[in-house]
Amino acid sequence: MSSATLAPVRTASALVAVIGNPNTGKSSLFNALTGIRQQVGNYPGITVERKEGSCRLEDGEITLIDLPGTYSLAAMSADEQVIIDVLSGRQAETRTPSAVLCVVDASNLRRNLFLVSQVAETGLPVVVALNMIDEARQRGVTLDVPGLAARLGVPVVPTVAVRGEGLPELRRALSEALRSKNRFTPVAWPPAVVEARGIVADAAARSGRTCSDAEISRLLFDVEPPLAFGGMIEARARAHQILEGAGLDPVSAEAFLRYRHLDGLLGGVAKAEPTPEAARPYRIDRLFTHRLGGLLVFGAFMFLVFASVYWIARPVMDGIEWLFGKLGAWAGAALAGHPMLESLVVDGVISGVGGVIVFLPQILILFLFVAILEDSGYMARAAFLMDKVFSWTGLNGKSFVPMLSSFACAVPAIMTTRTIEDPKARLSTILVSPLMSCSARLPVYVLMIGAFIEPKYGPLWAGVALFAMHMLGLVVAIPIAFFINRFLLKLRPLPFILEMPPYRMPRALSVGRRMFLSGREFVVRAGTVIFAISIVIWALSYFPRPSTPNVDKSAALEQSILGRFGKAVQPVFAPAGFDWKTTVAVLAAFPAREVVVSTLGILYSAEDGDENAALKQQMAQAKWPDGRAVFTPATAAAIMVFFAFCLQCGSTMAVMAREASWKWAGFAFVYMTTLAWIAAVATYQIGRSLSG
Amino acid sequence: MSSVKDLGLHGSGEIAHVAGRGPLTQRLLAMGFLPGTRLRVVQVAPFGDPITVELDGWRVSLRLREADALQVKSTNGNGNGNGNGKGGHA
Repeated sequence: MSSATLAPVRTASALVAVIGNPNTGKSSLFNALTGIRQQVGNYPGITVERKEGSCRLEDGEITLIDLPGTYSLAAMSADEQVIIDVLSGRQAETRTPSAVLCVVDASNLRRNLFLVSQVAETGLPVVVALNMIDEARQRGVTLDVPGLAARLGVPVVPTVAVRGEGLPELRRALSEALRSKNRFTPVAWPPAVVEARGIVADAAARSGRTCSDAEISRLLFDVEPPLAFGGMIEARARAHQILEGAGLDPVSAEAFLRYRHLDGLLGGVAKAEPTPEAARPYRIDRLFTHRLGGLLVFGAFMFLVFASVYWIARPVMDGIEWLFGKLGAWAGAALAGHPMLESLVVDGVISGVGGVIVFLPQILILFLFVAILEDSGYMARAAFLMDKVFSWTGLNGKSFVPMLSSFACAVPAIMTTRTIEDPKARLSTILVSPLMSCSARLPVYVLMIGAFIEPKYGPLWAGVALFAMHMLGLVVAIPIAFFINRFLLKLRPLPFILEMPPYRMPRALSVGRRMFLSGREFVVRAGTVIFAISIVIWALSYFPRPSTPNVDKSAALEQSILGRFGKAVQPVFAPAGFDWKTTVAVLAAFPAREVVVSTLGILYSAEDGDENAALKQQMAQAKWPDGRAVFTPATAAAIMVFFAFCLQCGSTMAVMAREASWKWAGFAFVYMTTLAWIAAVATYQIGRSLSG
Repeated sequence: MSSVKDLGLHGSGEIAHVAGRGPLTQRLLAMGFLPGTRLRVVQVAPFGDPITVELDGWRVSLRLREADALQVKSTNGNGNGNGNGKGGHA
């Protein structure tokens, strides 16, 4: 990866905000303009995605900032307020934009221009990209583009973002806009509105605020205005009285007047005569959203996604692990004679890097499907079908794909929560996703069931136990999401208003770009943290070294910081039936759950950890000081239950921190560990009393 | 007058009024759910909620809780659209 692709976006260049309704191809256009030179994060303190990229124009470079898709500047939640705040230069850590690129769906011009007319009131120069113009023409929309530009008073550029059509013209229009003034044809407000706006503007000025016309509109019309200052409530009340006196309802006045204005502007330049083509992209919905057929198709698609992430990724991941194993063996041989360096390189660096790379197959495959599902329009149908299952918890239908993907791995799944627009639903989905039983828990289940359940109860109960372990997380996650939404997140959920776009053929380029960007972001952002965690845990399990040389690995681990700490906290886990070796193995598994198996291998057999059979035998023979067996079916069940609920996964935490914050990642760790401990203790105590 | 959620699958009507005085009402109005606009229920989810309506050539799905705000004069079916006020039943 060249350093050029990772260079920070230069802050000196002019900032242009990209805004538009959902489903206008805004992201495609943003990607087409910026390529892969983009940076993704969240706005401070909220789970709203902030995406910036640099874009080359003829006369220099500009920075584009992609604002969340919306239908109106009237914010329905604190999170939607980001949009008006950025446009007004009131958003922390974001410069005031110098111009705005409004992306509109040419097939739905009237509805899309509603937002454009609100945005134009900021006074910033505006360029309109008339996107998906090809589709609009097919559907029977005739547009006089120069006429439209003249009526609106701003440059209008027809584009087909996914094919790169119209981009040179758009770049030129942006260059010109940055040098010119906003000439958007303003709404001709009736006298009562002009007077009411004046009252609000005066009140704002008196409290020392200069507001753009866009902000005055928000202050006057919004049920919940984005700004508060002394005298505002009184000014609004007086202004609303004036509106009412002129027969205007303050709640609906803006929509009425703006749409009337737009209908006037569009008359004669835009005409829609739906062709038979117009209904075609929806025809397959008769099956895809059918009450029964729709669910069957959905089930089949989701099985395909899950099976691919789970099974197709597997051999590639095994290959990566094999490769890093070989690399470790080779490095170990090369460094023989330098035990500390050897251990650092083999157990720290190589296994740390391998622990990052190993996630890539799952991330790439999952994002392949997510990009196809989103670009084709099926994601909206999936959310529509599943919404009822989630709505009572405060989540919505869009939580389904991340939750399903979590059964393979929570890391890529949490990255896909960006498809959820509602920040509250996104955050709670992030917080419960790691409860799903991921593939890294499987080695723990296989070991415990194979060693202590199957020999005693037979293969049928072994299968039942494995299934039960997978259901456990799901059964618990939904109520936990409910509690988190109800009692913890003080955000108001956005209403579920989801556009059903026509079906479209996904483009290889845009799908490929999405895969590349998500993979790169994971390696660069989360990967560094995961690597650091691996090194820290390695150091804790390596130091201090025993004074006598040639002690075996088991003894060395026992007297390391991690080993001593494990012994010290073992009493906490005693009610769950864990001995100190299990406790140390649990702690050592913080970078990744499956490490518990190899650590138990070291502690129990003093052989290399992959000797599963030897390990099972050693564990079966382990005794407490009083002669009781350490591992009974009750202990095995308690260990499995602990792993089902705990967040012993540094990678998941790194991704959570990236997608939400370290605070929320910490919260997830605490609640999941508490839950895991309680469930493990309950399982062990009940299991022990049942078996007498 | 009834709510759009009572129209049933394939039912159609003309928006008479968007009820409520909160942000949701404003959002629906901003999206073009204006009185006088004709709409049609084109999809009902497997569990009866949400529903998808078509208006002005585009489709949007809403939960029944939100759809409840949309008061319609029912014209039911593929009628001629100039509903005579008393229209069909829901």
